[in-house]
Amino acid sequence: MNYHRIRNFVGNYVFILPAFLLFFTFSLYPFFKVFQLSVTNWDGISPSIAFVGLANFKDLLTENPTFWVSMKNAFYVTFLALTVQNFLALFLALLCDRDIKGGNVYRVIFYLPPVLSGIVVGLIWNWIYDGNYGLLNHFLAFIGLGDLSRAWLSDPKTALLAVSMIHMWRGFGWGFVILLAGLQSIPRELYEAARVDGANSWIVFKSITVPLMIPVFILVSILTILGTMQIFDIIIATTGGGPGYHTEVPITRIVATMIGSSQFGYACAMGVIFGLILLALSMVQIRVSKMMRQI
Amino acid sequence: MRYPLKFFIIFLLVLSLAGCGGLDKKELDTITVWHWMSDRDEAFQELAKRFENETHIQVKFELYAPSESYTQKIKAAAQTNTLPDIYGILGEKKDFASFIKSGYVADLSEDLNVTAEGGTWKNKFFEKALSVNEFLPDNEYAVKPGIYGVPLDVTAIKIVYNKKLYQKAGLDPNKPPVTWEEFLSHCKVLKENGIQRFVSGFGEIWMIDALASNYAMNLMGEERVFETYEGKVPYTDPDWVRVLSLFKEMADQQILVEGAVTMVNKTAEQTFANERAAFAFNGSWCVNVYKGMNPNLEYAAILPPRITSKHPMKVWGGAGGSFVVNNKSFRRGSAIQFLKWLTQEEQQAYFAGQTENLPANKKSVAQISPILSQFAADMDNTTHPNIYPVHEDHEVIEAFDKGIQSILIDEKTPEAVAAEVQKVKEKVLKRAHKP
Repeated sequence: MNYHRIRNFVGNYVFILPAFLLFFTFSLYPFFKVFQLSVTNWDGISPSIAFVGLANFKDLLTENPTFWVSMKNAFYVTFLALTVQNFLALFLALLCDRDIKGGNVYRVIFYLPPVLSGIVVGLIWNWIYDGNYGLLNHFLAFIGLGDLSRAWLSDPKTALLAVSMIHMWRGFGWGFVILLAGLQSIPRELYEAARVDGANSWIVFKSITVPLMIPVFILVSILTILGTMQIFDIIIATTGGGPGYHTEVPITRIVATMIGSSQFGYACAMGVIFGLILLALSMVQIRVSKMMRQI
Repeated sequence: MRYPLKFFIIFLLVLSLAGCGGLDKKELDTITVWHWMSDRDEAFQELAKRFENETHIQVKFELYAPSESYTQKIKAAAQTNTLPDIYGILGEKKDFASFIKSGYVADLSEDLNVTAEGGTWKNKFFEKALSVNEFLPDNEYAVKPGIYGVPLDVTAIKIVYNKKLYQKAGLDPNKPPVTWEEFLSHCKVLKENGIQRFVSGFGEIWMIDALASNYAMNLMGEERVFETYEGKVPYTDPDWVRVLSLFKEMADQQILVEGAVTMVNKTAEQTFANERAAFAFNGSWCVNVYKGMNPNLEYAAILPPRITSKHPMKVWGGAGGSFVVNNKSFRRGSAIQFLKWLTQEEQQAYFAGQTENLPANKKSVAQISPILSQFAADMDNTTHPNIYPVHEDHEVIEAFDKGIQSILIDEKTPEAVAAEVQKVKEKVLKRAHKP
């Protein structure tokens, strides 16, 4: 290799060095550090860290029912978000895909909730759900259903559902925007040709819209799963994980373990297991979607 | 092209060196203080100015709120050795011990015991306030005995009641409940008059813990509570079940404001300040909060109504906010000098007047408001987990407090919660005894 070739070779790498350094420092290093800390009993303060092997993982898998309750709660919210939230987003996207009057205004309105901070959304809904002076209870009393009034966030029967509703209200805007973009990328000629052939709206939706939207559905589903499983700010602003453990989710458990009880190593083990579950979920999702595409 | 490149590199080096030289002596001598007390920041800034005028040493107060974010910040700073000259440590005593053992906290015992004008620095403080920063000989964390922090103010967490609502219900506003039975009967009268009874931020589980441990101390006495922490008395003991049953009685008689189980204390404070509840369980900091929310609120502070006279009713209290000095700081001496100045009578009186908090300096108490005096009245009966000789594991505390939430929402019985907590306790004990 002559001097010029070496200079070009080194030069190329020098150009990507800043990006690599940033990626290494803020993504790769923390990622591997979490694995390293998950096998220690570090308290987050002491410079000395003791290796405990797989003890944290063993305890998590066999003796920590609370973590698995939080996981179950996260799955519940995710299931609702995947179904109710995304169907609502699709329905609204289909409506806005037509040339309706004021379509742009609706787009802005539907996209507003995701722009708001989770804490602000939580505080607004706290007021709506309030057991004494809440808007929801007032509305129920107004329509003659006052018997249903309750403190929605403190009642174990409704707390998780109430939190899920907030999350879905805040989250459907993302799905709406992505699904609308997907719908608008479908060539209009296909619809026109189908109409000429005598297809009704349902046949058009089933035979043209759905098959062409599958990649978009995959994207929206993966984003919904990853986003919802990591729900945190709304919980903190509304119930704090209570009453009891009814609205605890994995991230609230990880934060409580890390900051509340200073078990940094144990919290990292929670993070590793949670990350692996999310990875497995995403892989299953992609696999199922590929199978659907083949059908 | 080579010369311009060399020139450019030299220029950059000169520029960076010039940047380093930019720190003048004043900036190098500036004491940096990190804190989380947003309600006290204005007073701190003013006191910093006064200190600079007197000593020509600049003090920079940096506020990081809320307290959860602050806790994360100091832990991250400890990991990177970038802690400021003065800071506060929030959380459990074991965290405090970790900071000390890692060399991030200066032992102030010697400075506190130096006799100067008007006695030692140590004697100026309420004993209880200082003790949360003290590690006694043979402490469970194996920390060298000493005093490692200085209190700025003191707190006491008590029950407050609304005098106007009491009058409205036909109750004597000057005869608040002293016993648990009286409390229940007063609640009944309040209910009959359409007045909501009791509010507290039970969504923040440490508040549940504070009230429950008040009653545990009252019913069982300190010794037996500590024996429970040591694993000698089970949580299934009838006394512990009785403590849990008090919350069951509260649930059965609908004493708690609806939604209080997941309510943060700020909302509970709003509810009480807006006269929507007759009782609240809150700390002395509430005086400042209520004053801001409703200056016309007529209320008084009392001890939680006792269930027995066998043991005294102990309430949580002691140091509200404390500062420690970074042992690795090269401004350690001037940082201690500033803390000494900050806790003198004059500064403490100003601080208490501005923030409506109880001063840590005993002599400044003479200048506080009557309602604050009511909080200060039972300072001898205050206690705090940070001064306990033994400490309960966080996992057990959480199971206990979450269990009380379950009792309050009528989901579990006191016996079931006691059994669950004991199971967690046994797991923790087993883990602790592993080699």
